[in-house]
Amino acid sequence: MSTLFAPPRSMTENITHYCPGCTHGIIHRMVGETLDELGIASRAIGIAPVGCSVLIYNYFNVDFQEAPHGRAPALATGAKRARPDMVVFTYQGDGDLASIGTNEIIHAANRGEKITTVFVNNAIYGMTGGQMAPTSMPGQVTTTSPAGRDPAKVGFPMRICELLSTLRTPAYVVRTAVHTPQLMVQTKRAIRRAFELQLEDRCFTFVEVLSTCPTNWGMTPVKSLQWLQEQMMPYYPLGVFKDPDLPATQAGLVPVPRKRQVQDEEEG
Amino acid sequence: MARKLMKGNEAIGEAAIQAGCRLYFAYPITPQSEVAEYLSRRMPDVGGTFLQAESELGASNMVFGAAATGEMVFTTSSSPGISLMAEAMSYIAGAQLPAVFVNIVRGGPGLGGILPAQSDYLQATKGAGHGDYRMLVFSPATVQEAVDLTMMAFRKAELYRAPVLVMGDGMIGQMMEPVEFESPKLNTGLPSKQTWATCGAVGRPRNIVRSLFLDPERLEQNCFELQAKYARWAADEVRYETYNCEGAPRLLVTAHGSMARICKTAIDELRAEGTQIGLFRPISLYPFPTAPLAALGDRIGRVLCVEMSLGQMVEDVQAAVGRRLPVKFFGRTGGMVPSPDEVKHQILKQLEADA
Repeated sequence: MSTLFAPPRSMTENITHYCPGCTHGIIHRMVGETLDELGIASRAIGIAPVGCSVLIYNYFNVDFQEAPHGRAPALATGAKRARPDMVVFTYQGDGDLASIGTNEIIHAANRGEKITTVFVNNAIYGMTGGQMAPTSMPGQVTTTSPAGRDPAKVGFPMRICELLSTLRTPAYVVRTAVHTPQLMVQTKRAIRRAFELQLEDRCFTFVEVLSTCPTNWGMTPVKSLQWLQEQMMPYYPLGVFKDPDLPATQAGLVPVPRKRQVQDEEEG
Repeated sequence: MARKLMKGNEAIGEAAIQAGCRLYFAYPITPQSEVAEYLSRRMPDVGGTFLQAESELGASNMVFGAAATGEMVFTTSSSPGISLMAEAMSYIAGAQLPAVFVNIVRGGPGLGGILPAQSDYLQATKGAGHGDYRMLVFSPATVQEAVDLTMMAFRKAELYRAPVLVMGDGMIGQMMEPVEFESPKLNTGLPSKQTWATCGAVGRPRNIVRSLFLDPERLEQNCFELQAKYARWAADEVRYETYNCEGAPRLLVTAHGSMARICKTAIDELRAEGTQIGLFRPISLYPFPTAPLAALGDRIGRVLCVEMSLGQMVEDVQAAVGRRLPVKFFGRTGGMVPSPDEVKHQILKQLEADA
């Protein structure tokens, strides 16, 4: 009898602590499959964030560091500069990366650190109990925006891919989602491409994945997927913002129209 | 390496290289930016890495990430920058990693000034960041001692897998003195870094570097492990100097770092005038040399603590000598450095008051 489907060898068999309907488990698995496929688990260093995925190290058979809130890109910088032969990645949520850690992610991206960041954006603080994030949608009700996010008072949601793609240095910046099977396939390709580019010593690779939080959004898992599709996707367009081979990108992921990007004239 | 005339900040940078450190992450701040300038030239010479971080938060967390791979790493800063690094210090202590920090102290609080001060003593010795942890803290009084203590700091960080702080002041950083580099002997018999560092899980279970323990029993256990280190420090790492304490000095001055050096000049002048004054100079600020100071305080009977702060180390001095012997204090702060004459005047005033 042959095994047709099994958990990635780079992952443990621990049951995850994530809520029903959360997409962290799917995204974890894509990282695990990538580590297996590229044969890099034995030289991988993962950096865990603060947030729901703070315990990510329980689910991987690879060396992990647990960072202070928002500082994962700084730890990754230190680890990769100390050991350039390692494959270093951070896995961060939107509170961690887009709020307390904006300085670290922007400068790691701009220095062109040879690391990969998987950024899971679910438009809310999950672990601390559903507070407003910089990525929360206008009108979105959270425990710290009970009347809905008011852009007149706290600004509009931050688009991190768009922000990072204004920088000249980063090699790969892409936004995907995992709420349909087709998008899952594309997300897996994007994560794999990010790690492959790191193996080619390309400067900084970044995959944003739109995600759900049924618990803190106060919706069923199915309704959450619809909300992501209807509310988040129009504001956070999926696509490739930067790629060394743009515009000839990988199948399925469309390049974001040029007007959305600040193109570097000299690169053209 | 032959004797060489060097500025304190540059000598500290060279000391790190001579100790074998090849990784330095830093952010510029007066009065220690020369360390970064020096190492930006010197590190590439020896195949090392210098990286200017986006902030002290960035620099200290890069130190965290590099230390977690088991490589020797350090950073330098000055007071306001050290406040920002306190986050990483706490995490590095909790995660039990080796790392060296240097604080070339300037006046505070707040942005303060850029001139020498010792007003970060409490921050350094009582825990800059949050939680149940300490750092080994060394205070040099000369550029040569800054070199020796910096080199030793790497050995101690490695031995105890803990953050070690060398705390000088703007005077140590800026003055030029002749120095020699002689590295303390290497640690032997340390556990392989494969047992704890994140350097690739090959032929071993994964290593997780963390300070997060959600189970309170496990967290308390981690804190007990830290306390066991601190007990070893109290036994093995207490360092101090006594000066002019033989016979029957009329008063004991306690001072550390540059301030102790100024006090020595005052003491020498008083000796020439026929008055014997002793000096007790803690070199390890944590662990504080409590027992030897207590013995000396008992014998001499009068203690004056002199600092470039408005009274920080004096708390440890008083705790050492006990309530029966009230410790007198003299300090200037904010970059005001007491002259030998000022110290002399304070000593004489003290003797007259007690007469």
